[in-house]
Amino acid sequence: MGEPPATEPVRPDRPDQPDRPDRPDQLKRQDRPEREEREPAGDAVIVTRGLTKRYRGGQLAVDGLDLTVPAGSVFGFLGPNGSGKTTTIRMLMGLIEPTSGTAHVLGRPMPHAARAVLPRVGALIEGPALYGFLSGRDNLLRYDAADPAADPRTRRVRVAAALDRVGLTAAAGKKAKAYSLGMKQRLGLAAALLRPRRLLVLDEPTNGLDPQGMREIRTLVRELASDGTTVFLSSHLLDEIEQVCTHAAVMARGRLIRQGAVADLAAGTRGRLVVTTPDPQEAARVLKERGVGDVVVAEDRVTGEPPDGEIADLNRALVAEGVRVRGFGRERPSLEDAFVALTGEGFDVAG
Amino acid sequence: MSPAEALRAERAERAEGAERRPGPLWSLGLLRSELLTTFRRWRTLALLTVLAAVPVLIGIAVKLETDDGSSAGGGGEGPAFISQITNNGLFLVFTALAATLPFFLPMAIGVIAGDAVAGEASSGTLRYLLVAPAGRTRLLLTKYATVLAFCLVATLVVAVSALAVGALLFPLGELTTISGTRIGLAEGLARALLIALVVAASLIGVAALGLFVSTLTNSGIAAMATTVGLLITVQILDQIPQLDAVQPYFFSHYWLSFADLMRDPVYYEDLVRNLGLQAAYAVVFGSAAWARFTAKDITA
Repeated sequence: MGEPPATEPVRPDRPDQPDRPDRPDQLKRQDRPEREEREPAGDAVIVTRGLTKRYRGGQLAVDGLDLTVPAGSVFGFLGPNGSGKTTTIRMLMGLIEPTSGTAHVLGRPMPHAARAVLPRVGALIEGPALYGFLSGRDNLLRYDAADPAADPRTRRVRVAAALDRVGLTAAAGKKAKAYSLGMKQRLGLAAALLRPRRLLVLDEPTNGLDPQGMREIRTLVRELASDGTTVFLSSHLLDEIEQVCTHAAVMARGRLIRQGAVADLAAGTRGRLVVTTPDPQEAARVLKERGVGDVVVAEDRVTGEPPDGEIADLNRALVAEGVRVRGFGRERPSLEDAFVALTGEGFDVAG
Repeated sequence: MSPAEALRAERAERAEGAERRPGPLWSLGLLRSELLTTFRRWRTLALLTVLAAVPVLIGIAVKLETDDGSSAGGGGEGPAFISQITNNGLFLVFTALAATLPFFLPMAIGVIAGDAVAGEASSGTLRYLLVAPAGRTRLLLTKYATVLAFCLVATLVVAVSALAVGALLFPLGELTTISGTRIGLAEGLARALLIALVVAASLIGVAALGLFVSTLTNSGIAAMATTVGLLITVQILDQIPQLDAVQPYFFSHYWLSFADLMRDPVYYEDLVRNLGLQAAYAVVFGSAAWARFTAKDITA
């Protein structure tokens, strides 16, 4: 590469990024705002500091958000409806001016550098929006024409490729108002894929899709991520985030509760100990004696909260006491467990 | 940086390097797309059809009324020039423009201009245009240019339809100007074209006003209704004699000055005032629309 890194200055007061400890040089960057538009891979693709939006009328939609999205990640942006996800995304895309704080996308400040940044960002925001009286293909041609950095000579080819990628080639000539919700969603996704993108921002991309459609979107997201595109995916569906994301941030009531690698987030909550045995009563007694809390017996399964220390010792104790053990291990904690632990509330999805 | 990451970065770099540098004309792609989109709308075509029908109705009415030998417009009633149509079909062009300018034409402009931004907002397409990124100033200029193109097309539709109907139903030939001199058909046609251009230019102010209203709301219907409502209000106020102090500032006040092009020699004073007023409206409401649109939170 040889080029000097050209991101916007990263202020020295930024908190540590637990997920990217290998980049201490970020703290030494000098201010070179207009020199070079590319920024090196391996850097954070989205950085917000104290990002806040208070709408007219006083409603605080986003409150002091410090978000860091590492390059190459599939970043899940998680939170119940109304937690400020969409407002955040709109600020990142330059549609809404923050009340205070800063947002950098691809190393440049938003909304100031929207013209330089957005051609390399594909976005699906709050569902697709289409011109119903135009065909699917003409919709894409129009969106591509809106990008002043898109080559008009390759426009038709790129539109055809995007339609093909989302499986809409056969329906390309149909008027968009005749599309089903799933087709509209896919056409919206095609619009985000008109050009090679560094970052894809997908706000609830599987909303309104049937299970098959959801699977297709997830496959597509994984494909794109393996090409090196950073994917920022907002969702209120925990299992969706768990299935495709490497990193996640959790929002609730306008505030960022936690962010980091999905594995780390879930690791914050310890999984329960699970013992499968034909002697459940005996096993429960031994486990209680060894300090296992909240022991629950269900047929041949005994579960409980393990104490600190090596859990293999528990197994030895069981065997020493003559308990026959069929299975022994720690249940993997789910993101849902983590979310409940973090917010102290259930993941209530209303509307 | 891990080898995989380096490889990925290199690939991304190569992809970007292969792309051509954006040319200055690429920016016009949006205008082309906007024109295509606007003129492919069923609503636009319906408006143009209505406008094309007005001269047909006037022509047929005059023809029927004068078939028994009486002159049209009896005692000077009706739109300007109507009594001359039977002598020369070319006058149907002037009559039709005089009949559509006070209401039909500006109403059509109000619909298109009012819908320009607000319609995109209510359908949600505005946010996708902006993240494309169309650029707010560029998008607004494109919208205004398209509305102005519609002003010209709408006026020409009226003029051409009137000319066709006039030529079909009435004789063409030399014509008498308002001043009483006679000019040849060729010069008459040239003046008709000039008049059509002036009429189109008279709509610049309404177009800017409509575009400004369009940036205020996320509802296309509300913006159209407001613009057309303002148009009617101004037309009514322009008729109230007590308001003559402010009337010269109404965008519609000098509209009918286009008739001065049919004088010999042409009387320019009101024509110039009209064009100046339209330019002032374009500057004032264009700036207001720009100030509003570039600072607006796009929440739709």
